[in-house]
Amino acid sequence: MRRYGNIFANVDWATILIYLALVFVGWINIYAAVYSEEHHSIFDISQRYGKQLMWIGFAFILALVILMLEGHFFTSFAYPIYGVIMFSLIAVLLLGVKVNGATSWFQIGSIKIQPSEFAKFATVLALSKYLSGLSIRMQDFKTKVYAIAIIVLPALLILLQNDTGSTLVYAAFVLVLYREGLSGNILLFGILAIIVFVLTLLFGPFNIIITAAYAYIIIYTLLKFNVKATLVSLLLFSGLVFVFFNYELSQNLIYYGLGMLLFFLIAFLATRKEMKGKRSHYLGVGIFVVACLYIYSIDFTFNKVLKEHQRTRITVLLGEEDKLIEQIENLKLQRDVEGISAEKKQQIRDDIGAKRYSLRELRQGNGWNIKQSLIAIGSGGFTGKGFLDGTQTKFDFVPEQSTDFIFCTIGEEWGFMGTFVLVVLYIAIFLRLIFLAERQRSIFSRIYGYSVAAILFFHFLINIGMTIGLAPVIGIPLPFISYGGSSLWSFTILLFIFIKLDSERLNVLR
Amino acid sequence: MNNLSNRKFIVGLIFLAVGVIFAIRLFSVQVLNDEYKVDSDQNVLREIIQYPARGLVYDRNGELLVYNEAAYDLMVIPKQVKKIDTLAFCKLLEIDTAEYREKFTKARDYSSYKPSSFVKEISSISYANIQEQLFKYPGFFVQTRTLRKYPRNSAAHILGYIGEVNQSTIDDKPYYRSGDYIGKSGLEYSYENLLRGQRGVKRILVDVHNREKGSYKDGATDTMAVTGIAIKTTLDILLQEYGELLMQNKKGSIVAIEPKTGEILALVSAPNYDPNMLVGRAVKKNYPVLSQDSLNPLFNRALMAQYPPGSIFKTVQALIGMQQGVITENSGFSCIKSYVNCHNHPSAGNVAASVKMSCNPYYYSVFKRILMQGRSKSIFKDSELGLGVWAKQVKKFGFGQRLATDLPGIKRGNVPGVDFYNKWYGEGRWAFSTIYSLSIGQGEVEVIPLQMANLATIIANKGYYYAPHLIKEIDKTDTIPSIYRKKNDVGIDKKYFDPILEGMYGVVYEPGGTARRARIHDSIVVCGKTGTAQNPHGEDHSVFIAFAPKDNPEIAIAVYVENAGFGGTWAAPIASLMIEKYMADTISTKNLAKEKRILDANLMNVIPKK
Repeated sequence: MRRYGNIFANVDWATILIYLALVFVGWINIYAAVYSEEHHSIFDISQRYGKQLMWIGFAFILALVILMLEGHFFTSFAYPIYGVIMFSLIAVLLLGVKVNGATSWFQIGSIKIQPSEFAKFATVLALSKYLSGLSIRMQDFKTKVYAIAIIVLPALLILLQNDTGSTLVYAAFVLVLYREGLSGNILLFGILAIIVFVLTLLFGPFNIIITAAYAYIIIYTLLKFNVKATLVSLLLFSGLVFVFFNYELSQNLIYYGLGMLLFFLIAFLATRKEMKGKRSHYLGVGIFVVACLYIYSIDFTFNKVLKEHQRTRITVLLGEEDKLIEQIENLKLQRDVEGISAEKKQQIRDDIGAKRYSLRELRQGNGWNIKQSLIAIGSGGFTGKGFLDGTQTKFDFVPEQSTDFIFCTIGEEWGFMGTFVLVVLYIAIFLRLIFLAERQRSIFSRIYGYSVAAILFFHFLINIGMTIGLAPVIGIPLPFISYGGSSLWSFTILLFIFIKLDSERLNVLR
Repeated sequence: MNNLSNRKFIVGLIFLAVGVIFAIRLFSVQVLNDEYKVDSDQNVLREIIQYPARGLVYDRNGELLVYNEAAYDLMVIPKQVKKIDTLAFCKLLEIDTAEYREKFTKARDYSSYKPSSFVKEISSISYANIQEQLFKYPGFFVQTRTLRKYPRNSAAHILGYIGEVNQSTIDDKPYYRSGDYIGKSGLEYSYENLLRGQRGVKRILVDVHNREKGSYKDGATDTMAVTGIAIKTTLDILLQEYGELLMQNKKGSIVAIEPKTGEILALVSAPNYDPNMLVGRAVKKNYPVLSQDSLNPLFNRALMAQYPPGSIFKTVQALIGMQQGVITENSGFSCIKSYVNCHNHPSAGNVAASVKMSCNPYYYSVFKRILMQGRSKSIFKDSELGLGVWAKQVKKFGFGQRLATDLPGIKRGNVPGVDFYNKWYGEGRWAFSTIYSLSIGQGEVEVIPLQMANLATIIANKGYYYAPHLIKEIDKTDTIPSIYRKKNDVGIDKKYFDPILEGMYGVVYEPGGTARRARIHDSIVVCGKTGTAQNPHGEDHSVFIAFAPKDNPEIAIAVYVENAGFGGTWAAPIASLMIEKYMADTISTKNLAKEKRILDANLMNVIPKK
């Protein structure tokens, strides 16, 4: 089957073109990000754009090598490759060097390699191999356990390296598993859990529980078209809510618990007649109780379990900075009121001090980064400030601007036109990848294709989301664009294996 | 498996949805929201204020009175301050850590991003030290500005001082910004607009570490600082210094005016202070000391102290009497001590003699004629009508009104008119007999020393004056404010001044004159009038007005020494020394004893008369 001399036969040129476009966009923006008038040659190896040019060259060679290999190679060696990479993930914990607090780099001479980047395609290979096995059904409990184990093993090892960002990427496989038959409810619950998490932090657990209870009553009774029951229970419920708020009972833990119990009882009684004896009724109530506990636990988790820097990331994301400033201003007003006791005054002063401290914590580090990132992107306007003319970029206001925050440079210098085109390019390649995956005869190839799309998508989601203030600051690269050899090579390998598999799709028997 | 294939749409939809959300968010951040563009400019633009040097001040002979010395302010941008060795930094600045924290909190409360001053007016020596180590303390930088310096250590009340603008000034006058300096008193205040110059702004681009990265738009929007305009004052600093010397250990003031122009030659207020005490950081230490001093050195007596004029006021009464035709220069009145007390002297047979001998009953009679001219049958009404006309005339001499001089804080004095006494006693309840003290410059009439010197000027000029002022020349213009070029006529015919002049000559040179101590020597003829103002709070004030030479006068002067007793004893010799100093530059040997007597005199703690 080998056809030397025509390694490009049947390859999907659309995908390759988008790939090349993204790599090119990446390079010129890395150039802009580190540009200085003192630099002369664009091939200057001492500069990041010079190095990136080298990494790109290597990446192209890697791509060519992959295209020259046979697709069969990857299916056959999926497990060995996975094994070797897992081994290297363990090895890096023992032999690696620490960069930015994460022990995820091997240092060989002057070159640093990050095995966790390569763990992605290895995991994809292993998962595809396993799920494409002959007697594998996603519905089986055993299948789920094995599939999840394949995914969680590298994720855990990377977590041990203290690289939270790269660990989270493995959540992307939920999409793949979903396509392969995992219940949609799990996907939904995941999304709901995140939404409830954010809402609870924003509005406090009590409000969210009440809202959830209202929603529960309305949905369950309306589903049975019993308007009267709906109204009666809503009325009862509202009365209780009023009492609770009016007497500030929600502050006290015992009343809080009692209240939850009452709410639960009312919700149960209100729907009892309609749902009598039905299993779904008890299930619904059960879910409601679990949800209440979950909501309550968010408060606890956030304040007691999460580390300070993680908490700050979320606080910044939720725009609590303004809230803090407002609180400080209010306290200042209270302080300046005539005729309050010295004791009270001192207490207010202490409060202001504490809030100022949190504010400073917020403003330094992540708060500052997000703000500068938004300023960079926002100040780009519609057409951008022009290539090499971004002041935020040029004067180093944006942190990590050639790696994780490269999108800022694009936003500042190319404006909305630039960012929009980039978003379109990404969405195009994601959709193209799904399209390609769906046309595979081999299940292995299909799972592989979905995995590529899901992983790229997750990076896109978190990275850009972070720079525009829609996601917490999680340090993961923007595929094909961010500076860095390891990540570029890893994404190139990931993508080109699939392009190779796709080019051979007609040779594979179902 | 077929139904699972539909899930590709769900996955695709998720991708698309995220793409759309991102696009919307980007559109709103980049296109709809302008805030970030402003923030971006604020990030990289740093305005460096170029403080202009204030205008120099010279005396009438080109002697430098005020110049500038470089000073350095340590500025801070709280946002950019990283973790630093606070202890070492405080040591460098010579402050303690509590002060550091307080200053830092203050700066941060003002703004985290904008610079505010941290330590002001660092001396050149400390500056060298600090500059060397400043690189260790990101967020701090030094801004150069200037401090006022007074090489002559005198004329503090005239020159005034400058200080940082307060919030209300910033609110009212758009030019000023926090940290600017503004004239707070004296000429610094009056000619603020000329002296301050124009602030320059240099806009530079800085990176995140606040390192300079070049100029903004190649300096197209930068402005240069324009140095303040220099002014030449009318002051003769040598005369001023001499006056301050003579007034040492005394309370009171000296005002000397060039009659032909209204230019103030000297304006001494004693006790005074060294103007260098109110410069820069020393203000904080010195100002409370000065303002709490019981002798009140900050108080400019020449403009703010309102005294009864005493007998010098008789010249005004005589002039008005003659002008109104109620007396002639040859009118004589007996010295009847039952009207009003007087010293022993022969009765005055004419105006000149009355001035020479300063006869009190004479002026009792003159004033009675001025007030009671028979305009009404009621003596009350008659007095009222007479006083009305009289007060109007007196005000033409510059009394009872603010003279249009160029120093702030000048007082009006008081010329009691009809309204004043109606309020005081009730309408129709007062007459000449109630208010006759006015005749000899006692009672409710109050004048400031500048007005007294102005009176001397009017007599020297025989009927007119220019508003006494301190501005002589303004650099780059060939004129001074028109108000100082306007001749003010006092409404008395020139001829009526001759007997006054004759009398004032007699005061100094003739037997029976009250101020023979005011004689200088034969070549300088002095005309003067003594005054001994009664003072309910203690010893009489010693007053003297004079001008010289008699023909074509070059200097008119008023001397007021508090609690010093008879006018001829202290005020007159001081005036004569001042005149001699001004006209001859040096004090002749003959008068050195007189000078020594004045210099040695301490009239600060005269035991009050009971």
